[in-house]
Amino acid sequence: MSRPARAALKGVVWAVCLLPLLMLLWKFRADGLGANPISYVTNVLGDTTLRLLLASLALTPLRLLSRISWQMSLRRLLGLFAFFYAVLHFTTWVVVDQFFNWAGMLADVRKRPYITVGMLALTLLVPLAATSTTRMVKRLGGLNWQRLHRLVYAASVAAILHFIWLAKKGRNDPYVYALILVALLGVRLWHWTARALRRRGAVVVLAAGAQKRVVRAP
Amino acid sequence: MLIRRAPDIKSSEITTPDVYLSRRAFMAGAAAMALSPAGVAGAAAPPAPPLLPAKPNPAFRVDDPPTKFESATTYNNFYEFGVDKADPSIHAGGLRTRPWTVRVEGHCARPKTYDVDELMRLFPLEERVYRLRCVEGWSMVIPWTGFPLASLIKRVEPTSRARFVEFTTLFDPEQFPGQKTGLLSFSSLDWPYAEGLRLDEALHPLVLLTFGMYGRALPNQNGAPARVVVPWKYGFKSAKSIVRIRFVTEQPRTTWEKAAPNEYGFYSNVNPTVDHPRWSQATERRIGEFRRRPTLTFNGYADQVASLYAGMDLRKDF
Repeated sequence: MSRPARAALKGVVWAVCLLPLLMLLWKFRADGLGANPISYVTNVLGDTTLRLLLASLALTPLRLLSRISWQMSLRRLLGLFAFFYAVLHFTTWVVVDQFFNWAGMLADVRKRPYITVGMLALTLLVPLAATSTTRMVKRLGGLNWQRLHRLVYAASVAAILHFIWLAKKGRNDPYVYALILVALLGVRLWHWTARALRRRGAVVVLAAGAQKRVVRAP
Repeated sequence: MLIRRAPDIKSSEITTPDVYLSRRAFMAGAAAMALSPAGVAGAAAPPAPPLLPAKPNPAFRVDDPPTKFESATTYNNFYEFGVDKADPSIHAGGLRTRPWTVRVEGHCARPKTYDVDELMRLFPLEERVYRLRCVEGWSMVIPWTGFPLASLIKRVEPTSRARFVEFTTLFDPEQFPGQKTGLLSFSSLDWPYAEGLRLDEALHPLVLLTFGMYGRALPNQNGAPARVVVPWKYGFKSAKSIVRIRFVTEQPRTTWEKAAPNEYGFYSNVNPTVDHPRWSQATERRIGEFRRRPTLTFNGYADQVASLYAGMDLRKDF
């Protein structure tokens, strides 16, 4: 992919990622956030976080399944935008919904499983955002960096659980997100397993070959 | 405790429908111009229903100002129309509320199928302002129009075998898109919607058989043409668009009880000290207000209804 094409692609991704926020700001100005604006804003920010997390997790399966790889350059951008919306979602809860009721929030984090896993998801994303720069990748070394960034799988599971556990019965969208996550992680698992089996297969073939030689030897 | 301090808002001070309708038209135009990937939060409601005047009953009023009509008609839980708050106002146009009958049956001496227009003329209509507390943690203040359910119950003479009253909402997937079983409806509710009260609860003078709100007939998304309003219980106990009232001996199984028995009990009285298993019920957000406010025991109607539950463990019978 050419350099201008890549720049244009990033521009488009920036615009798409900012769209939910711009929509909220526009609705805020137009008094269009509905009867329960705090709840609406919290939901949109949370929804957007989940969508961007899933989008960032979709890039690798796309590469594995189609051998197309130009999208991999978008991984950091999508991941950081997911973190950005997670922070906005959390800030809305702290500032607007709970209005700095720290005691109440702490009690909720300890007592309400959906809030516990939500906090866990956000916490897991912090080191990933902090080590997202090219310099940090170099400092950590590629392998360590990759290991650390596998935390995104745990963070995504926690984020989806957060949605499943807070939603009232009758809502299906949390399960739609969960299915997508299972598919995205499933492709990786299948790929890793296949690779591991191939390696073991290679080892077995090698071993079998060696045995033959041994048998033939005397 | 209710602190009686805030002045009453006169009905003349409530925004008139003409004003919000023109504002709504403006909003709809603006919304049409905007790119809106996540749907419109303040969805435009169908036109306001016809006037249904009734004399306010001064014995039933709330010191807080009523919720804006626009909020009360665009922020609804009515899963028959869809699970999003805006779904009911968006899809409400598909519900046909005339002709409409309400069958009163079961253990009573005079069962009868009432045409809704006949039903609403049985007793004088009155306006009562009640608090409405949703189990999700938000609340409203709404002027309802109707008459005490007790009047109708006494008229049909329940027998000694009548211990509970069951309310059933219309079942018609053609009119209620939320009742359709689609590809992804694996976890939808059990239709038709069923609710219930103990007979003595149903006879309580606070329970209103309701045909209108804000001086108008009920908008479809609020449960037209006839619903129940039980102000000391969480909102889902107040069944909407009812087609049947039945007197039964056994405690009826309600829709939300069937959906999640550990979360939604038969009684579901508003109670700040008994949390929903997943969230606190100690506070609520009054629609239109910024800060959360403490939730009142029995939604502020404790002095009138607490005696119904004397000797009961409200943690067990939540």
